[in-house]
Amino acid sequence: MRISTLKPRTHAISLEQEAPSEMRRYYYQMLLLRRFEERTSEMYVKAKIGGYCHLNLGEEATIVGLNAALTPDDYVYTNYREHGYILARGADPRRVMAELFGKETGVSGGRGGSMHLFDAERHFMGGYAIVGGQAPLAVGAAYALKYQSRPGVVIAQMGDATTNIGAFYESLNLAKLWQLPVLFFIVNNGYGMGTAVERGSSEPNLAKKGAAFRIHGERVDGTDVIAVRDAVRRLREKAEQHHEPAILDVVSFRFRGHSVIDADRYRDAGAVRRGREKFDPLTSFATRLLDQQIVDQAFLDTTAQQVDAEVQAAIDFANSSPDPQPADLYTYMYATPVANTPSADDALRAVGINRGAQ
Amino acid sequence: MSTITYRQALNRTLAEELTRDEQVVLMGEEIGLFQGSYRITEGLLEQFGPRRVVDTPIAEEGFVGVAIGAAMLGMRPVVEIMTINFILVAIDQVVNHASKIHYMFGGQARVPMVIRTPSGGTGQLAATHSQSFENWFAYCPGLKVVAPATPYDARGLLRAAIRDDDPVIFIESLALYDTKGEVPDNDYVIPIGKAEVKRHGRDVTVVSYSRMTAVALQVAQQLEAEGISVEVVDLRSLRPLDRPTIIESVKRTNRAVVIAEDWYSYGVTAEIAATIQEEAFDYLDAPVVRVAGLEVPLPYAKDLSAAAKPSAHSLIHAIRSIVR
Repeated sequence: MRISTLKPRTHAISLEQEAPSEMRRYYYQMLLLRRFEERTSEMYVKAKIGGYCHLNLGEEATIVGLNAALTPDDYVYTNYREHGYILARGADPRRVMAELFGKETGVSGGRGGSMHLFDAERHFMGGYAIVGGQAPLAVGAAYALKYQSRPGVVIAQMGDATTNIGAFYESLNLAKLWQLPVLFFIVNNGYGMGTAVERGSSEPNLAKKGAAFRIHGERVDGTDVIAVRDAVRRLREKAEQHHEPAILDVVSFRFRGHSVIDADRYRDAGAVRRGREKFDPLTSFATRLLDQQIVDQAFLDTTAQQVDAEVQAAIDFANSSPDPQPADLYTYMYATPVANTPSADDALRAVGINRGAQ
Repeated sequence: MSTITYRQALNRTLAEELTRDEQVVLMGEEIGLFQGSYRITEGLLEQFGPRRVVDTPIAEEGFVGVAIGAAMLGMRPVVEIMTINFILVAIDQVVNHASKIHYMFGGQARVPMVIRTPSGGTGQLAATHSQSFENWFAYCPGLKVVAPATPYDARGLLRAAIRDDDPVIFIESLALYDTKGEVPDNDYVIPIGKAEVKRHGRDVTVVSYSRMTAVALQVAQQLEAEGISVEVVDLRSLRPLDRPTIIESVKRTNRAVVIAEDWYSYGVTAEIAATIQEEAFDYLDAPVVRVAGLEVPLPYAKDLSAAAKPSAHSLIHAIRSIVR
């Protein structure tokens, strides 16, 4: 197990300087992500959700910490393990769950699914399911920010194994060559599917992988929401003010298999069990909040009830939402209509689907 | 009205669009200081500066992705890929991202970008530098693919492509760059998705695009002297494909030859032939004949290369096989 490569925990840092309301908000968000994913897994098993489905369990501090450091001007591009990112960005959990259910009310109109969430209003620029594909896109968004003299930075989120693909290196080169406001945010949960970091990367210290491009890199404990937030704040500032791109290697522990359907047989079951206890960002944060008397047990209990209700409401909304209609199969085909594009009417008639009265 | 080359048509249109819209930028390898591998962007760096005319490293996947990302935030990048052969290293960005972003995200994002690139083979460029891959992109829903044959169409379609809010693959041809044609001086636009009957005829319809349209027009003129009247349908757009114009023509002539530079199997000619049999079967007096590249990695040697590529000779042979 590569759990040993985690940095010493920083949880001893005092929360004295922190605004209690902020701390409570982080906890609420982290718990929301946790419960949302647990219930998502349940809905997948009930076949309410199809396709591939990758959960953020164990990455709650990574996600909430990142989001806490961002402004509404910033843009976020992620990979396909992204439910938590769009939620943290403020998307309505009901519409996120509806997307997982493939409903018209989903954040992508039911056209994208778990791996392709999007929220233009909140600058959540998409989950991308081809490993590495989002990196050049994020650099391009940063290019536009600079070209248009707009404030903000772009987050290029990706998994640890993405640092082995060519698109990542072309992105690093262009980001530095053109001095663009982009932060490469590597969610290092130790595994790319079933391949441990050390089995896929000749340099296991992912923060060093920008060295040849003169890109600064750091590692941070991804199970500590405060540490992640502070690291992102620092690097974000450099990216925005000085157009200095950076790599942040954010180390966490993947609670389950790669996706919902992965039985995780390539990891030692005992070590996974111990890892889940040792590196649970939620319980450790709760303990800190209690120890430092920022919250009491009653707050934790009430929050749990609120979050449970919110996630249940999301499931209810998704369940009762309408399915997209075949008549709308071609609705988003082109942004600019052009001559001789197929219509849903013609196409459906040709394959013998009678769409009936709408 | 002025007579200009295909190259000049592209160059002037790029300059005008850069002037018209601040969000238009050009990106590509050697398009600035070097003046463009085929001089399409000649003089533009000097005129517009490095902010608008961006020399990129040799990193097609990277800079095509950058253009897509920039387009998502409202820019209108026009990317030059030196030849279509090199787009293969960026195909993930084009096919998995550019083509899907608008649809897959429920219409929340647009990708108003153009990828310009010459396709096809000329001048003994051999196997890796002579390929035609426009069918790969025409295959992909979400993209628009245009392939003008004349300076007039190049100008009108490039304007349309740059002003369009979807990703457009703009196919050029090295062999067309020096061809001349009359071009009006006004700001006309040729709609994407519309074919044109470039020459009217009675006996057979030749369906073509890009350089093969030039070949078809030359052949039509030659055969006229022999008493064979050839109609030439220039597709101009491969996606969306203007099926009605093809079908109407075939219904008039009752015979069809389809010519394209790409390989025979699974190529553009197969799609057109299938369309004709689906929609004009009862009007056909002969089987649809296809003229396409012979299926080998294009050899370097002159005679071998010429034998493998579709030509005026092979088109005439095809027409004569169905027109007595």
